[in-house]
Amino acid sequence: MASTETSAGKTEAETDPVEDKSAGNGGDLAGLEAGLDALDAVQTRRAPFRRTFVEKIFPPMVAVALVLVIWQVLVWAKVTDSYKLPAPSAVWDEVQEAWLEGTLLEYIWTSVSRGLLGFLMALVIGTPLGLLVARVKFVRAAIGPILSGLQSLPSVAWVPPAVLWLGLNDSMMYAVILLGAVPSIANGLVSGVDQVPPLYLRAGRTMGATGLRGTWHIVVPAALPGYLAGLKQGWAFSWRSLMAAEIIASSPDLGVGLGQLLENGRTANSMPMVFLAILLILIVGIAIDLLIFSPLERWVLRSRGLLVKN
Amino acid sequence: MATALAKTTDADTGTSVEYAARIEHVSKSFAGPAGQQLVLDDITLDVAPGEFVTLLGASGCGKSTLLNLVAGLDKPSAGGISTDGRPALMFQEHALFPWLTAGKNIELALRLRGLPKSDRRARAEELLELVRLKGAYGKRVHELSGGMRQRVALARALAQDSQLLLMDEPFAALDAITRDVLHDELTRIWRETNVSVLFVTHNVREAVRLAERVVLLSSRPGRIAREWTVDIPQPRRIEDSAVADLSVEITEQLRGEIRRHGQH
Repeated sequence: MASTETSAGKTEAETDPVEDKSAGNGGDLAGLEAGLDALDAVQTRRAPFRRTFVEKIFPPMVAVALVLVIWQVLVWAKVTDSYKLPAPSAVWDEVQEAWLEGTLLEYIWTSVSRGLLGFLMALVIGTPLGLLVARVKFVRAAIGPILSGLQSLPSVAWVPPAVLWLGLNDSMMYAVILLGAVPSIANGLVSGVDQVPPLYLRAGRTMGATGLRGTWHIVVPAALPGYLAGLKQGWAFSWRSLMAAEIIASSPDLGVGLGQLLENGRTANSMPMVFLAILLILIVGIAIDLLIFSPLERWVLRSRGLLVKN
Repeated sequence: MATALAKTTDADTGTSVEYAARIEHVSKSFAGPAGQQLVLDDITLDVAPGEFVTLLGASGCGKSTLLNLVAGLDKPSAGGISTDGRPALMFQEHALFPWLTAGKNIELALRLRGLPKSDRRARAEELLELVRLKGAYGKRVHELSGGMRQRVALARALAQDSQLLLMDEPFAALDAITRDVLHDELTRIWRETNVSVLFVTHNVREAVRLAERVVLLSSRPGRIAREWTVDIPQPRRIEDSAVADLSVEITEQLRGEIRRHGQH
């Protein structure tokens, strides 16, 4: 059969055996490749809840319980006066009282709404600022060092000038938050952009992603992990700045936030109230991070295969 | 420097000369610790439409530099390069974007090329099928093996619908079995798509296995030392005796080039 075809024409004789061989090879090749792919395939699977509980949730619960036990033991041992170290139960009573009066959520909401709104404003300002510093050489040379220097300036230093400029009101709080958080967010984005592997930029350029298209399609998504880390830090700075502002600048018009609660505790000489305020500040700070930023960060890292499971 | 120059007319004969890439008297030097360092010296090379050329050389021959110049990522210090449109480039690392799925990586290339949104999905699926990764559209880059990543990278390069595919040691980081399979794939796809390929490697057997023409570069500075036309019929295997024989001959020459650097 093959020989009759070979004799049929010269051109066919030249191409046919090659095509035949490749067709036969093709079948082999597809099978071989499927086998290799199956052998090399990477299995990714989410951990079952039980494991998550044992590895992630249980350990911090133990740590918290341990702190409570040590605290109670110290109280029982009477290491210091009770007005300096209140019993856990006294702080719990304070929580219940505030809850029954309906003021507990009010304290929290006053601060959280301020903190989140301030953070959102910092996001809107810090993002384009970061992009500008990262991408425009002159801007980077001009304000880059100042921007990273500002991060080491404690935001509490901004409270006195903010009070003088804006008076004792909410805008002064927002000003302090912005001055604390904008540098963090901008710097996070700058370092995110700086850490974009040059290979991605080269690959993008050969595909025609230059200028603004390159920024949008390559630089921004590639810098996302660094940007998110900056946002996380930006939130921490927002929250810290706000607490500093609330503690220092107290005025009846401002409403009682958590910082104000702390200050009230001090003036009332009520250690349980001071403890309550500190605990709430800590819990809110952790909760926002745990509920918003950590899931966001983990989602981005996981989708890129950057979250190593051990 | 691109499309307009791609089809020039030879004044003497009056016939149209077509090429996928034309490299004319190209030199490139970089500022080094000891002043200007010449990396490429007077390279002249044409790649015909549909031709498969491998650039072979030891370290320091400037083969990657030359590829960057052809890709337009860098400018030659002297001489001129013209290509038929913007060439596609494949790297040793897959260079796929990890924030996109395999399919979306290909669609980004289609989008940047200006293909309307409605056609992108179907074309991306088609290209994935061409590299035999039919089910991989929604897979993330880290879920793919090294060989699969390079195949997606090849599909993405082909998505640019360029006449010229530049490959910078694309299989160097793969294991031998996978590399062998990808040689077969590349040959098949090259023959199916009729794209021109300029393939850089330091692996002599790979060069002979794949190419119609092997160009040997000397090192420091890179100059064209010799060319071989490979007329072993495709599909070849890397263990074919004809491939081995030519590889021995080329390796001899390559070793000679390298030895010269040991003598002062």
